[in-house]
Amino acid sequence: MSPLLFYPLAALTLAGALGVVVARNPVRGAMSLVATLFLVAVLYAGLGAHLVAALQIIVYAGAVMVLFLFVIMLLGADGEPPVAVRKTHLVATLVAGSVLAAGSVALLAGAFPEATVQAVEGFGGAKALGRVLLKEHIVAFELTSVFLLVAVVGAVVMAGQGGTEER
Amino acid sequence: MADWHIAALRAFIAIFAILQMSVFLLWVERKGSALIQNRFGANRASIFGLLPINLGFVNTLLADPIKLFTKEDFRPDGADRFLHTLAPFLALFPALVTFAAIPFGDTIEVAGRHIEMRAVGLDVGLLFVVAMVSMGVYGVVLAGWASNNRWALLGAIRGSAQMISYEVALGMALVAMVLCYGTLDLQEMVRAQGRHIGGVVPAWGIVYQPLAFLIVFVSGMAESKRVPFDLPEAESELIAGYFTEYSGGKQAAFMLADFAEVVMVAGLSATLFFGGWQVPFLSTDGWNFPGMATVAVAPWVVTLLQLAAFTVKVLFLCWLQILLRWTLPRFRYDQLMDLGWKGLIPLALANVLLTALVVLLWGQPA
Repeated sequence: MSPLLFYPLAALTLAGALGVVVARNPVRGAMSLVATLFLVAVLYAGLGAHLVAALQIIVYAGAVMVLFLFVIMLLGADGEPPVAVRKTHLVATLVAGSVLAAGSVALLAGAFPEATVQAVEGFGGAKALGRVLLKEHIVAFELTSVFLLVAVVGAVVMAGQGGTEER
Repeated sequence: MADWHIAALRAFIAIFAILQMSVFLLWVERKGSALIQNRFGANRASIFGLLPINLGFVNTLLADPIKLFTKEDFRPDGADRFLHTLAPFLALFPALVTFAAIPFGDTIEVAGRHIEMRAVGLDVGLLFVVAMVSMGVYGVVLAGWASNNRWALLGAIRGSAQMISYEVALGMALVAMVLCYGTLDLQEMVRAQGRHIGGVVPAWGIVYQPLAFLIVFVSGMAESKRVPFDLPEAESELIAGYFTEYSGGKQAAFMLADFAEVVMVAGLSATLFFGGWQVPFLSTDGWNFPGMATVAVAPWVVTLLQLAAFTVKVLFLCWLQILLRWTLPRFRYDQLMDLGWKGLIPLALANVLLTALVVLLWGQPA
């Protein structure tokens, strides 16, 4: 991916992420998150991972975030009073953030001494990813599916209980 | 020509085609609805009454944009300035870019270069289409929310629920097509439809997957939010639904997005189920009618015929959607949800299982 494309895109992605944190209005915050997720997908596509990019948009930008927005609009989060930011919060956030940033930079610098690995033929395609997921990591893949199913069933059960009590 | 010239030209052709078709549909719909309802339709557009013949087609296309873009651009009190302006762009964007993945011709060879007849040579074209369709919700949701209008908000909530529901059915039906062709590449899918079953019937997707076509077409119509699925708009209940508070150019953007989605649904259905740019019995060396000698056809004629075939198929499917729109009444909301969740999704799931079983036992048809 050309640096001419990468750096502006990366800057936009970070700006979107910042918008999620800074935005006071929940809908604007959610839309910033949509923009961030979409731009991350564009970065994936630029790095040759077309399948992951498409899935990122379908799952996160297209489905999860729509539900976020749906809930915000339906419940009307406008009435929520904004949480007052205290100085201690700010200091704690800054300290935690810088430790995390320093740690990731140190880790990444050690892990990829020279980031010039040539991608193999068909890298990021549906066939390559499918083979890895469904042959090499089939157990983990299936366990994750079951785990997600349990989460969904649990959510439905909990929502259902709330409903019967109201009636 | 350099490579980027060709890329720019391909992108231009894709966007030009979908814009032209969308605007053309505006007129087709006016005249078509008039035809169905036994009236004349738009017949008053004339340049100062000077032209002796009624060039309704040209005049309507000129008069409409002029009218819309000279109107006051209205923003209601208490509306979110930024998001209110952003919404029409977000509605138009996914509808227009989806066409980038749809092939409109076979690969041609010009001056030793192989040029693909589509805007982007994506190996995951089908997923790209699904991804862009799923982005279409935001225009509706934001338009409704940012307008600070209850009717608009109701329309937006209806719209998002409807579009999420039918996306599931659409995705499931497309899974069956992926199983059938064994690829996510739309160009490969069209190539696979070039054969003939028993040398007579073109091996188009609809022959193998009639149910998937029905589900894709119905969910596609639901995604484009047109009658009988126009509950987000529902002018008799919600004024104009999510775009109640839009006027002028922005309203035109929503209208254009609607028609672009119609073209997109037609393009996707044509590509998956009607052989895309394939002309029956026509291959690169000429016509091969069964039981007859091959009639040689020049390569450039073949390319033109393929382009024409794709256009005709897309226009036919657009016309089918307009016909359905002016024939069926609007669904009630519970009927809409029942059709999506209890009708189309179980059918699509059954179709996926059946297709998987057949492919497992007898292999892919293509």
